[in-house]
Amino acid sequence: MAVVELSNVGKRYPGAESLAVEDFNLTSEDGEFVVLVGPSGCGKTTTMRMIAGLEEHTEGAIKIGGRDVTGVAPKDRDIAMVFQSYALYPHMTVRDNMAFSLKLKKYAKSDIKKRVDDAAAVLGIEPLLDRKPRALSGGQRQRVALGRAIVRQPQVFLMDEPLSNLDAKLRVDMRAEIVKLHRKLGVTTFYVTHDQTEAMTMGQRIAVMKDGLVQQIDSPNTLYQHPANLFVAGFIGTPSMNFLTAEVSDNGQALSGPDFQLATDGPRRSVLADHGQTQVWAGIRPEHLHLSDSESADNRMQGQVEVVEPLGAMTMIQVLIGDTRVTAQIKPHQMVAMGDTVTLGCPSDKLYLFDKDSEMTLHGIDIGQSDAH
Amino acid sequence: MNKMSWPGKIGVNLLAWLVSILMFFPIFWLILSSFKTNALAAAREPAFIFSPTMASYVNALVNSNYWHYALNSVYTAVGSTLLCVVLGVPAAYSMAFRRSKRTDFTLLWMLSTKMLPAVGVLVPIYIVYKNLHLLDSALGLTLIYTAMNLPIVVWLLYTYFKDVPGEILEAAEIDGASLVDNIVRIVTPLALPGIISTGLLAIVLAWNEAFWAINITNVHGATLSVFVSGFKSARGQFWANMSAASTLSVLPILVAGWFTQRQLVRGLTFGAVK
Repeated sequence: MAVVELSNVGKRYPGAESLAVEDFNLTSEDGEFVVLVGPSGCGKTTTMRMIAGLEEHTEGAIKIGGRDVTGVAPKDRDIAMVFQSYALYPHMTVRDNMAFSLKLKKYAKSDIKKRVDDAAAVLGIEPLLDRKPRALSGGQRQRVALGRAIVRQPQVFLMDEPLSNLDAKLRVDMRAEIVKLHRKLGVTTFYVTHDQTEAMTMGQRIAVMKDGLVQQIDSPNTLYQHPANLFVAGFIGTPSMNFLTAEVSDNGQALSGPDFQLATDGPRRSVLADHGQTQVWAGIRPEHLHLSDSESADNRMQGQVEVVEPLGAMTMIQVLIGDTRVTAQIKPHQMVAMGDTVTLGCPSDKLYLFDKDSEMTLHGIDIGQSDAH
Repeated sequence: MNKMSWPGKIGVNLLAWLVSILMFFPIFWLILSSFKTNALAAAREPAFIFSPTMASYVNALVNSNYWHYALNSVYTAVGSTLLCVVLGVPAAYSMAFRRSKRTDFTLLWMLSTKMLPAVGVLVPIYIVYKNLHLLDSALGLTLIYTAMNLPIVVWLLYTYFKDVPGEILEAAEIDGASLVDNIVRIVTPLALPGIISTGLLAIVLAWNEAFWAINITNVHGATLSVFVSGFKSARGQFWANMSAASTLSVLPILVAGWFTQRQLVRGLTFGAVK
C-alpha cells in the first residue's frame, strides 16, 4: 500500500511536437481507487504506463510510496498491472502464470504454492489452476490476470481497461467484484477506462482527461454535480448533457434561442450579470427535462419529436429545438409519438452555464446544482 | 469452392494430379534408376520394367565411403542450423521488440546479401580459408552455411516473433523478467513452432547446398553433395551409381521432413490460427 504522487508529469514522444500528457498532478490517498477516464487518445493509458515504468516520463516526477521512481525499472516499482488483453502467458498453466513473478524472485516453493492458493481462493479460480489460458472463458482469464497481480502483494495495482474485452453482463459483475476486491485488499489502485459508467461506479476519485490534459479530478458526485467545463459535463452522465447556445437577455434574467426560452434563478442571474457576455452555453441534463403542457411557463423549449426510445423504466425522446437535438428522459406512461410537437420544461436551478469561448463553467463552487433530482 | 459443379471438381482434381506427377516424376525416375545397372540407366530407351539390382547401393554404401560424407552433411547442416538459431533468436528479438529507426533497413540489408551471387565471393573466401586452414574442413563449411542462412533465419524468426503480443512481454517485464528471461521463458516457448520450422528450413538448405561444398571441400570436410557429384568423373557418367548415391543423400532429409511435417505446417501457419 502506498501513496502515488504525480507532480507536473508529462510525456513527450521523441520527435513529437506536442506533449502526449501534459502537467498531470495527482496525489492518491493510501489505498484509494483512482480512475483515469477519457476518450481514446486522451493520454490516460500513457499516464498509467508511466506509473508502471513501461514508458519513461519526460517531465515532472512520479513518486510511489515516497520514493522517486524516475529511471526505476517496472519490476522494481513494486506494482502489478492488469492488461486489457489480460496478457496471460499462453504456454503456462494458470498456476504457473500466477507463480511466474514469485519464481523469478526466487521465493521458496512452499511460499509460492501458498500465495497462489490463497489468491485463487479469493478469486474462486481453484479448479482452473492446472488449465492453460486458452481453455478458459473471457471472465476466467480476467480473474487469472487479477490473480497474477494479487499474488505479488504489490503496493499499487494498475489496471488498463481490464473489462473492455468482456460482454456487457459479465462486465457489470466483474466491476462489482473488482470493487469488492479493492475493499478487501486495500491496495492503492489506478484504473484506466474510457467508459464513464465504469468510472462513476468504481472510482473513489476520477481524473477526466482530454487531449493529454486533466480536465477535472473529483469524486463521482462532484463531477456530476459540478463539472468544471463543457467537456466534463458532456462526458459524465448518460445520456449526455444537452447543450444550447443561448442569448443572455434582461441582464441575466432570461436565456433564449430559436424555439426556447429559459428563465434563470437568483444565483444564475448574478453569475450571468457578472459574466457580462451576450452568449453562453446552457447545459441541461436529460433527466432534468420534463414534458410540460403549459405554453406560458417561464422555462420552455418547443420542438418536434424525432426519436422515441422506450426503455421500460423510462422513455428517452429526442426533440429538435432550433437546430439542436435535445435528449429528454420522460416517464414511461407519457405517450409521445415521433413527429409530435412537444414542450419541454426544466427547473431553473438545474441549468448549467458555460462560457461560450473557453467552455469553462460559470458557476463558482458556492452555487451548485441542488442535489435532489 | 464448395459450390463447384462436378465437372469442375473433376477438372481441378485432374489438374492437381497432373502437377503432382510432374513434380514427383524426377524423384521417381531417380529412385527407379538407382535399381538399374549403369548400362541400363544410361540407355537411350527409358526402361520402366526391368529386374532390379542393389549393386549401386552396395557400391555407394560399401565401396564409396558414404558414411563419411553423410556424417559431414549431418555435422554441417545441424551445426550451422544450431548456430543460426542461437544467433538468430536474439537478433530477431531485438528487431521485433526493440525497434529502432534502422531496424527495417537492417532487415532489408540482410536479405539483400542473398541477392549477391555466391560465386562473387568465392575467391576472397577461398583465400581467407586457405590462410585460416579451414579449406576442406567441416567447420569451415559450417561457418559458411551459418553466414549463408542467417539472414533467412533472422527474417523468418522476426516474422514469428512479431506475432507474440507485446503486452505479454510487458507483463513479464513487470513480473520481474530480465531480457534473458523474456527471450528464454516467454518468446522462445511461444514461437517454438516457428523456431522449429525455421530450423528445419535451415537444415534442408544446408543439407542440399552444393556450390560451397564442391568448391572448398574435397575429402575431409566433404558432404553428400560432393559425394554425389563424384560419380560424374573423367571415366564417364555412372548414372545408376549416381542415382543410388543421390537417393541415399536425399533420403535422410526426406524422412526427417516426413516426420516433422506437422510441425512444419504448424510453423508456417503460425499466427494465422491464433
